[in-house]
This record gives sequence, structure tokens and C-alpha cells, in this order.
Amino acid sequence: MKSGTIYDLGAPGRRAASLPPLTEPEQKILSLIPAEVRREEPPWLPEVSQPELVRHYLRLARLNYGVDSGFYPLGSCTMKYNPKLNEGLARLPGFAGLHPLLPEEEVQGALAVLWELSEYLKGIAGMPGISLQPAAGAHGELTGMLLFKRYFQDRGELERRVKILLPDSAHGTNPASAAMVGFRVVSIPSNERGTVDLQALEAALGEDVAGIMLTVPNTLGIFEEEILEVTELVHEAGGLCYFDGANLNAYLGRARPGDMGADVFHFNLHKTFSTPHGGGGPGAGPVTVSEPLVPYLPVPQVVKEGERFRLDYDRPKSIGRVHPYYGNFLVLVRALAYILTLGDEGLREVSVGAVLAANYLKEKLKKTYKLPYDRLCKHEFVLSGEGLGEVRTLDIAKRLIDYGFHPPTIYFPLIVKEALMIEPTETEPKEVLDAFAAAMERIAEEARREPRLLKEAPHAAPVRRLDEARAARQPVLRLPRP
Amino acid sequence: MSEYIPHTPADIRALLEGVGLRDVEALFSDIPEEVRRRFRPLGLPRRDEDWVRRYLTGLSERSTGKGLVPFLGGGIYDHFVPAVVEYVLSLPELYTAYTPYQAEVSQGTLTWMFEYQTMICELTGMEVANSSMYDGATALAEAALMAHRTVGGKKVLVPRSLNPRVREVLATYAWGAGLKLVDVPYGDDGRLQLSEIPEGACALIVGQPNFFGVIEDLSGLKDQLGEAFLIVYVNPISLGVLAPPGSFGADVVVGEGQVLGLPPSFGGPLLGIFATRGEHLRRMPGRISGQTVDAEGKVGYVMAFQTREQHIRRERATSNICTNSALCALAATVYLAALGPGGLRRVALLSLERAHRLAEEVSSLPGYELAFSGPFFNEFALRCPDPMGAVKKLRRAGIAVLPPEEVEKAGLEGALLVAVTERRTEEELARFVSALKGGMG
Amino acid sequence: MIPKDLKYTKDHEWVKPEDGKVRVGITHHAQKELGDIVFVELPQVGKKVSKGELVATVESVKAVGEVYAPASGEVMEVNSALESSPELVNKDPYGEGWIFLLKVTAPGELEDLLDAAGYAALVEGQG
Repeated sequence: MKSGTIYDLGAPGRRAASLPPLTEPEQKILSLIPAEVRREEPPWLPEVSQPELVRHYLRLARLNYGVDSGFYPLGSCTMKYNPKLNEGLARLPGFAGLHPLLPEEEVQGALAVLWELSEYLKGIAGMPGISLQPAAGAHGELTGMLLFKRYFQDRGELERRVKILLPDSAHGTNPASAAMVGFRVVSIPSNERGTVDLQALEAALGEDVAGIMLTVPNTLGIFEEEILEVTELVHEAGGLCYFDGANLNAYLGRARPGDMGADVFHFNLHKTFSTPHGGGGPGAGPVTVSEPLVPYLPVPQVVKEGERFRLDYDRPKSIGRVHPYYGNFLVLVRALAYILTLGDEGLREVSVGAVLAANYLKEKLKKTYKLPYDRLCKHEFVLSGEGLGEVRTLDIAKRLIDYGFHPPTIYFPLIVKEALMIEPTETEPKEVLDAFAAAMERIAEEARREPRLLKEAPHAAPVRRLDEARAARQPVLRLPRP
Repeated sequence: MSEYIPHTPADIRALLEGVGLRDVEALFSDIPEEVRRRFRPLGLPRRDEDWVRRYLTGLSERSTGKGLVPFLGGGIYDHFVPAVVEYVLSLPELYTAYTPYQAEVSQGTLTWMFEYQTMICELTGMEVANSSMYDGATALAEAALMAHRTVGGKKVLVPRSLNPRVREVLATYAWGAGLKLVDVPYGDDGRLQLSEIPEGACALIVGQPNFFGVIEDLSGLKDQLGEAFLIVYVNPISLGVLAPPGSFGADVVVGEGQVLGLPPSFGGPLLGIFATRGEHLRRMPGRISGQTVDAEGKVGYVMAFQTREQHIRRERATSNICTNSALCALAATVYLAALGPGGLRRVALLSLERAHRLAEEVSSLPGYELAFSGPFFNEFALRCPDPMGAVKKLRRAGIAVLPPEEVEKAGLEGALLVAVTERRTEEELARFVSALKGGMG
Repeated sequence: MIPKDLKYTKDHEWVKPEDGKVRVGITHHAQKELGDIVFVELPQVGKKVSKGELVATVESVKAVGEVYAPASGEVMEVNSALESSPELVNKDPYGEGWIFLLKVTAPGELEDLLDAAGYAALVEGQG
């Protein structure tokens, strides 16, 4: 059976790229390698011509759905439009072609990018320190947990401060990041308004708590109205406050985590700042920190002296490096271009557009779907697929594909049964929002009249519903050699 | 109005009406007033596309290093990238897609992930590979954590000849997880000297080739280690001519995949390669694509073994990784598919041969000698009487090498590190030699 | 689907006393909530556990169920058929889908187990 991969194509001897000829006989060159570590058998790799290769990947692209294909309301992921200018800028030879170990005086332009972006991100967060090294949001979280650990070690409190508090609506990366640094995770229940229960928080706080990890607004898309009380309680108990910045799109240009009591805040440049998701990465997860944590930031720090930029390694209290160089530089270039294009006014329009679109869709859809937390939302909201007879949320999601939309995030957050988490972003016109709402309404109708349509969906995708249990029970994780 | 946001004033009125609010400020009434009052803007005006293009192009041109001929390696190498790689990376449905959680509309991503996993298994001689980590350094750190989870000990044996920046990242992760790094020395040949395995060791790390470009002999290491992991940190291009670490019993093979179709990019984004033996699959971090069939029996792909991952297992997950380096793994996939087995071998052979030719010529210059006697791949440590002087002479000839202060981090004094790829021409090799010669006369 | 002759924990395990030992599995309700079971991680025979300790995990494609010790004791036997046929937990949760056999060292700890009616009320309550 064909695998649908590039290994189906080609013939021995074909190639899609040309290289300079060898100037010495192969055997003579190979003799430079001791026999015991010499490769005997070549790896099994495709042998295809360039036209075959191009058609194959174009075919694969057409099996995919991206932001450029259509509406992608994947909650928590901020699938906004990726500006094309920024793609070109990231490919400039003076950026993409730079080796990271060139001397500082030879890379002043690149250091200027790092410095400028650092200044803007610190301004956006309202916080005094930054590291651009984290390569993704979860990497930022890990960096934040390492900063917590170093801070308490420095204060001689590490032995007793062993717990990290997490609302029960937290992203899975939060507990996983805390655990990687040896913290014990304690879940804090949400109240009936979907926000942190202050009494439960107070009860959980104590001398054994290193801090709390919060997502603001939370994964229900609800702003913690008592955020100042939450952070104050944690600080009073000697703890620190980590803010997961996945949902910054909700308040960009009008509020700052530093003003809410954050000690560490991570950005997801691949969400809020429009850099492409790339099918899963790369992203960038810079962290900004409050004054007490500045001494512990990763090395090096970029500093400006007059018109020159320099890398400062002399930071004795630093946690060290979390990246071998300076972070995902080409992602950083794109984010800087985005900030420069928008300016203050544009950044403000982002949060207006995102929150307006989310509330508009929420009001439309709550007539047809259960809305467990019926209140003002921020950039996203969570419906429940319950109450539509025998169909489940999974079926609704798959049926949306037939209507030409990417499904929302499903079964998250865990505190809503049959959750459908919808984040429209600011880059979708009203007509698209209306079309999506209409499709959702029709699907609810279908669920009552003809549930089989949903159960067997998708009907119009490149493949029908896939057997995930089989993939786990009879794992095939690579092509077997012929 | 921004070109990326479609809402006209009329749209905003219509949307507000749907929400039942009078003005947009009311959308933010749930943010405490005190917080809103403290807000300060950046002081940045809105700019047009051409302004931003010119401004950032200007910054890109301020880096004089872009014009230098890179004999510069130390973990990032200047290999040729065929144009088809860039073409595929620019296909919108591939680069503007998210993680393939919805398999039916993500068959493109899941299929190339499966191709990538196959290729990485082939290169490394391992049974399973994940679909990417951030970079080689964090892939290595995660491998050490996995060794600890599997074997239990807290000591990780690390050769002094491991890339110092990679080691620094490893040290940060190890400190966080409570693991201890134990130094392993290298000999006059530049190869690691493993005497005994201390009590409580969970892993030995070996660079292949190591930071100095020296090719290690992996035979017998796994026997010596017993249960403890043999983790091999590779330059994947070298695997065009070097035996796969899997054939020496490696438990995990990690590496920096930048060399497979990515530009140096001032150090990021990079590609973390991660492959292991089948028995360790459930302890492996990162995403995997698996083959299955759809409701009509047609072959398709899904994300497999997700129960290892943070979105399901939370604090008990094998790692916190979510966003990875997918598009960089796609670059590697297309690169390897474009080159094929012959092309990969050619790149490795050309780099190997040119590095040796240059090494031979410069080490015949008076005062210059190779720091190590061991076999090397595409990079060598060059000892010279005045290394900073040599760096300056080369710079005057428009050439960049890894300076002595970076080499010293791995415990070698008074030496440069010189990397040679298939892109270095006859003329550039000659220029390198004459630059060093010229300064002596 | 709640057999009368078994005892139950609040974590949706069933417990069947067998001559100083107890056989343990997950309930029909638990397997249904998890969906298609694709993997069961079994403990080592001989493992000593205390009440409430994590003994085994039952995985579906998108969820992980944890199985805890209903009382302190020693694992005497595990259902190795689940290694190749984890779906037995779906097909026959109270029979061929059993998970482990525990020799109980503190029988008093079994006293707070629920009977069938009590467990039925628990499931009802969790909707």
C-alpha cells in the first residue's frame, strides 16, 4: 500500500539538488575516517528529481489548512494573519546569513534588533528586565520556574518553598514546567464566575508556596477581576507570580502585566505578535521580569553603550543559558517588524478587534449552544457541546471541517465538559464571523435532525475520520525499509 | 486602521450592536481601573510597509559580519541550502498551520513529520524519532532528564570536549532538575578518556564529532555503561560518512539539525534532533506522527502517543514542550529528500576532504600545529603562537574563524577552531593560508 | 453495570476480596469515560504499596486513568494479557480486564470501600 510519503516516488539515482564534484577519489577521502566508525551502509533516503519533490510537497500543502486558507478559531492559539512583509525581512541575508559566533562588532545590526525588541517588549509588559532566549511559551515557563528557584535559593528559602499553585483551568504546560524544576503542583479551584477563588487561594498560601502560575485572562477567556488581590495575597505570603502570556491579545495596548503584580511574564510571539506557527513551531517565548528577579536573568544581556551594542556576560547571579545563542532570532525579527508596523495605535486596535470579535460570536452562538460562563469575555470564550442529543463536541468539530472552517480547540479547558474553545482573533472580517456562526447554527440543527452527518464527519476532507486507537495499539512511527 | 485588521468604523458599530455595548471601552470594563490607569504607551507611531522594510533592511546591513567568509563553526555551519527548501517552507498551508491536532485537515504536516521521523531514524540508526525539539542543546538536556527518569541516577558524565554552549544549557536544565554534571577529560588525541563509571551515573554524553571536530570511537562504551544511557550528540551531516550511533548501542541520539537546510540565522531558530530505542518510546519527549487508516481504510497519519505530552499528562508528562521547531524539521526533510543518500554523502565527503586539505596546509606553516592527533571531520583546533593575531590577519582577508576565547571554554588554550564545509572554494582555502602566511613575512 | 458482589473506591476502581487478597480493576463507568483503552502500565510483581499509592495507569488515546492501591499490601500477580490486549479493559472490565491482585497487609483499610449502591450514587452524583 502506498504511504503517501515522498518515499513512494522517484527511482535510484535521481536527485533534486546538485553539488560540487569531488576532487579526490572517494575511497581516499574515506580513509581519513577510522574503519571502526566509518559508515558501511548509506541511510535510506528518497531519490527524487526536483519536479517530483516540488509536486509532492505542494500536494501535501493542499492536504493542510492554514491561516491563509481560512478561519482558524483555535482557542488559546491566537491564529491571526501572518504578515507577508515580515517573512521577507526574516530572510534578509544580513539576518538569516549571520553566524551567531561572529564578534560583537560585526553583528551590530542584529544586536540592534535584539535591543530594540527588548525595549518594546519591556514597555508592553511594563516590566524592567527581559530575556529573549526562550524558544517557545513552555520554554519561557521553564525559564520562569528556574528564576523562581534561583530567587528562593538566593534568599535561603528554597528548602521550604516547594509548591506552585495553579488554577484548575491552567494550560498543561504550566504544571509540566513547574515539575521540571522540582516544584510540587497544587491545583486551586475556580469559583462560579470562572476566576480564582480567593478563599481557596488564601487557604493554600503559606511558607511552603513558591508562587502561583496564572493565565490572564484565563483559559475561559475571562479576565481575573480580582487580579490585584490575587497577586497581593501571593506577595504577602512571600511568593512570586508567574503570568502565562498566551492570552495577551486580550489586552494588548491597554493594560500591562507589570501593573497587575506579575514577577515573570512570558510572551508568545507566535501568537500575539503574528509570527507564523509553522505547523507547530518555531515560536519564541521571551520572558520579562520584575525588579527583584532581574539579577537572575539568563546570560548574556544586550546592553547599549552610546551607539554601540554589547553582550553582557558578567552577571554572577544568573541562572545561566536556556538557549545556546540569543533565542529564535528570525522569529524575533518578525515580531519587531510587527510592532513597528502597528505602533501604539495599532497594538490597541488588536485587542479591540480580538475582544469585539469574540464577544460578537459568543452572543450569537449562546442562542444555540450552552455557554457555561455567560459574561463579558476577552479574546476567546468556551462553549459546551453538551445537550445536542447523541453528538459530542468531537463530532461538531469534525463537521465544521465540511463547512470549510478549522475546528476550535476542543476538550479544553478541562473544567468545562465537552468544551469548544473559540478564539476568532482580530484579523477576521465580520462576514467571516457571520458565516462561521451560521455554520455552527446549521450544525446544531443537523445534530438534532441527522446526527449521523456529524458522527461520520468529515465528509469533505482529504481523509475520513482516522483510527487513533489503532495508531496507539499497532504503532507505525516510521516507514519500514523495503 | 491597520492593514491586518479588517474592521471599519461601520463594522465596529455593527459588532458592538451585536454585543449590546455602546463603545469599545466597555469591552474592557472587567480590567481593574487601577490597572488601566497605570498603562503607558510605547510612544511608537504607526508605520507604512515600505518604511518598515527600509528600516529593518537598514539594520540588516549594519552587521559587517555578513560579508565575511565563514570558516566559523562551533555548532553552526555554513552548508549549501538548495532553493527547493525555501520554496517548500514558503507554502502557505504548511507554514501558516498550527500543530496538527485536527488530523483530517493536517495530513500535509503529519505526513512530512512521518517522513522526517523515518529519515532521522535512518541517519542515526535508532528505532524511533520525535518530530523536533527547539535545538540540539535543549534536546540534549531533555535526553539527560529522560536518562534520569529511566535509570534513576543523578550523575551525568559530560566530556570537557562537548560544545561549551550546549553544555551551558545542559547545566541550567540539570540544576533545575537536581542532576549533577561530572567532567570527563580528553586526551592528546582530543578523544574522551573514560576511566570508570561513578556510582549513580544515569548517562554518558558523547559528541560525535566533538566540539574540536574530533571523531570519537563509540565502540565498547555502552558495555562499559551498563544500564546507564549512552547519549550521542551528533552533527547529522557527519552521519553521511560516520557509522550511525545506533550501531554502537546508543540509547538516545540528539543533535543540532541546523546543518540540514537551515541558514545560520544568528543562532535561531534551530532544530533539535531526538531519536531513541523503541523500548524508551513512552519516556521520550516531543510530538510523534503515527500511521493509521481512516474510516474507509485509507492510509493516514495522526499524532501518536499523546498521553506522554503535557496537554494530557500535565505534571507527569515526559516534558513541558508544546511548540517545537516544526518548520525547521520540514526544512531538514526537504533538504534530505533533495540530496538523497548520494548528496548527503557528497556534502560530508567534500567537507571532510577540504577540512583536511586546509589543516594540512596551515599546520605546515611555522608555529602552527593541529591541537590534537585524533581523526577529525570538518573542523579542527589550530594551535598557534599568537591566536588573536591570527584572527586579525584572517579578518583583514575577509575571513571569520572561532576565536580563542570561545575555544578556551572547552579547556583548550591558545587555539582557534576552523570549520570547513562544501561551500568553501579553492580560492577561499588559498586565501586562508596566504592570510596567515602573509602576516609572518 | 455495577455488580452487587464487588466493592468500589471513589476513584472508580472495583475490588474483589479473594482469600486474604483483593483483585482490582477499573469499573465499567471508568472504562467508558476513558474510551478505547490502548495501553495499560502494570506494576512489578512483588511491589509493596501503601493505600492510595499509584499502582497502574490505563491509557486511552487522549486520557490517562490512574489506578491506586485500595489498601496497603504487596502486588502478587498482574494481568499480563493486558500488555498485548489492553482492550480487554473495555470489553470485560470486571472479568478478563482485571489489573492486579494485591495481598492486603492492613485489611482494616478496606473498610471504607463503597458497596454497589454507594458507588451507583457516586456515579449518579458526578453526572
